[in-house]
Amino acid sequence: MTATAQLDLRARPSWRTTKNKLMLGLMGVAVVLVAIPLIAVLSSVVQRGAAIAFKGFPDFFTATIPVVSRRPGPGMGPAILGTLLVTGGATLIAVPLGILGAIYLHEYGISSKFARLVRFMSTVMTGVPSVVMGLFVYLTWTLSFGYSAFGGALALACLMLPVVIGSTEQMLRLVPSQLREAAYALGTTKSRTILTVVLPAALPGIVSGSLLAIARAAGETAPLLFAVGAATAYNPHLFSEANTALSVQIFGNANSSFPAAQERAWAAALTLVLLTFIVTLIARIFTARLALKR
Amino acid sequence: MVTTTNTTTTATSEPARPIPYGSQRIAIDRKAVAQLPDTPVVFDCENVEVYYGAFRAVRGVTLKIQANQITAFIGPSGCGKTTVLRSLNRMHDVIPGARVAGHVRYRGIDLYAPEVSATEVRRRIGMVFQKPNPFPKSIYDNIAFGPRVNGTRNKADLDVIVEKSLRSAALWDEVKDRLKSSALGMSGGQQQRLCIARTVAVEPEVVLMDEPCSALDPIATARIEELMRELKSRFTIVIVTHNMQQAARVSDRTAFFTTELDSKSDRRTGTLVEFDATSKIFSAPSDERTENYITGRFG
Repeated sequence: MTATAQLDLRARPSWRTTKNKLMLGLMGVAVVLVAIPLIAVLSSVVQRGAAIAFKGFPDFFTATIPVVSRRPGPGMGPAILGTLLVTGGATLIAVPLGILGAIYLHEYGISSKFARLVRFMSTVMTGVPSVVMGLFVYLTWTLSFGYSAFGGALALACLMLPVVIGSTEQMLRLVPSQLREAAYALGTTKSRTILTVVLPAALPGIVSGSLLAIARAAGETAPLLFAVGAATAYNPHLFSEANTALSVQIFGNANSSFPAAQERAWAAALTLVLLTFIVTLIARIFTARLALKR
Repeated sequence: MVTTTNTTTTATSEPARPIPYGSQRIAIDRKAVAQLPDTPVVFDCENVEVYYGAFRAVRGVTLKIQANQITAFIGPSGCGKTTVLRSLNRMHDVIPGARVAGHVRYRGIDLYAPEVSATEVRRRIGMVFQKPNPFPKSIYDNIAFGPRVNGTRNKADLDVIVEKSLRSAALWDEVKDRLKSSALGMSGGQQQRLCIARTVAVEPEVVLMDEPCSALDPIATARIEELMRELKSRFTIVIVTHNMQQAARVSDRTAFFTTELDSKSDRRTGTLVEFDATSKIFSAPSDERTENYITGRFG
């Protein structure tokens, strides 16, 4: 020690630093707790499903579903096609409608009575259980037109719509008003400003929100039981004949007492996870490309 | 480039040189007053009032803005400079509850007449904002945005407009090799010049500038002031500024605004105190409030 006091810039032990460490520790614990179910679900699905799903690849993804469920052996092909049809149809209905609705709410309606009513109803719709939505479609569509992939798409679209509206409106709100003003100051009309400035700026967020809605819808089972039926053969028609979907097959096979069916359920679950993953990945790459171009 | 006919400040070759103020007056070339050309009136504001809901933000603004001159609006915060500026190209239309009373005549036409389209107005009267606000697009697409909106589709034509606009904003040499990269990667000063280039690209008749230099350093500020002097020959410029030296350096005419207690609402409202040649405002203002403000005794 020299005569002059040594300069010490280390943090002094205090309640604040202790609290900081404590909270950091708690956050770490929270991260682990959140990760546990995610990893557990993924690992058990992969463990139990991978062997069946990838045995004699790509048989499982292309072959038809065994009519007699106790027989072992592949096939989820029709269910994959059915899921793509049902979810794709739902996306085509709900995403454009939802984005247009959100544009109305945020850019035109704002706080008018009608806009407030629509916003409120949309929030209420978010809380409607999917079974109820399935029942609704069963009564209004399936009873008159019979089982079809389109009925399922309608039910899923009803579930997706409020989610897409909500997330898109949120994203539009995040677009700085300065950008709108910049466009207006150049003599741009409102509609053109929305199309060329606001929507491109909000696009990544809109895509994320829509993807979340699609992924959630792809796993829905209850409404499809009412509206889609349960086929075992390929049915590429959107509007006619009973179809099937991965979620319906998982439900049916997992309920079965035969080990072969249960194995198929696990493999179908893995397929659904992979499918969602691939769709998400494609959409992400697509938006990243768009962002780069801008 | 300092244009010689309109130099209203002390003949200075360094526009960024700080002129101290306080008890001291900013020295003015008195002869310059007489030299201000009497160009046609572009804006004729008559008793303009702007309301936000029931609140009257500005009252009693009567002034005439002349072509190919730089008119500066100065005054303390909350005095309504920006509010009046935005009323000149109907930017209040996009704010719910905002309303303009009185008359704003642009080349004889009342801008707030029911048959006048705000879009058409803004095509002729462009605006540069306080914070640089480039679109999240490439430099090229930022400039080409306005011409595209106005119907220019031809790639060759757009190329010409982009180069010309970037040149008039003294930005071409800095960005000509990266026209396709994002405008958000530019520095603040470059972004603001890009916004000026974007405004110029639609060939407006008037350019309104709302504190265009407040977020910039002195060097970038000097460049933009130089730009304004150059652009003056092609456009009519109205600039809002907090910086009195800036007003003295670049403007031909200055409007001084201040706040006062509104007898109607008991809230502070902005009003126009004095509008005159910049040299007159900074050397011999006729109103005591102007004198107090420019000498730093208030505000």
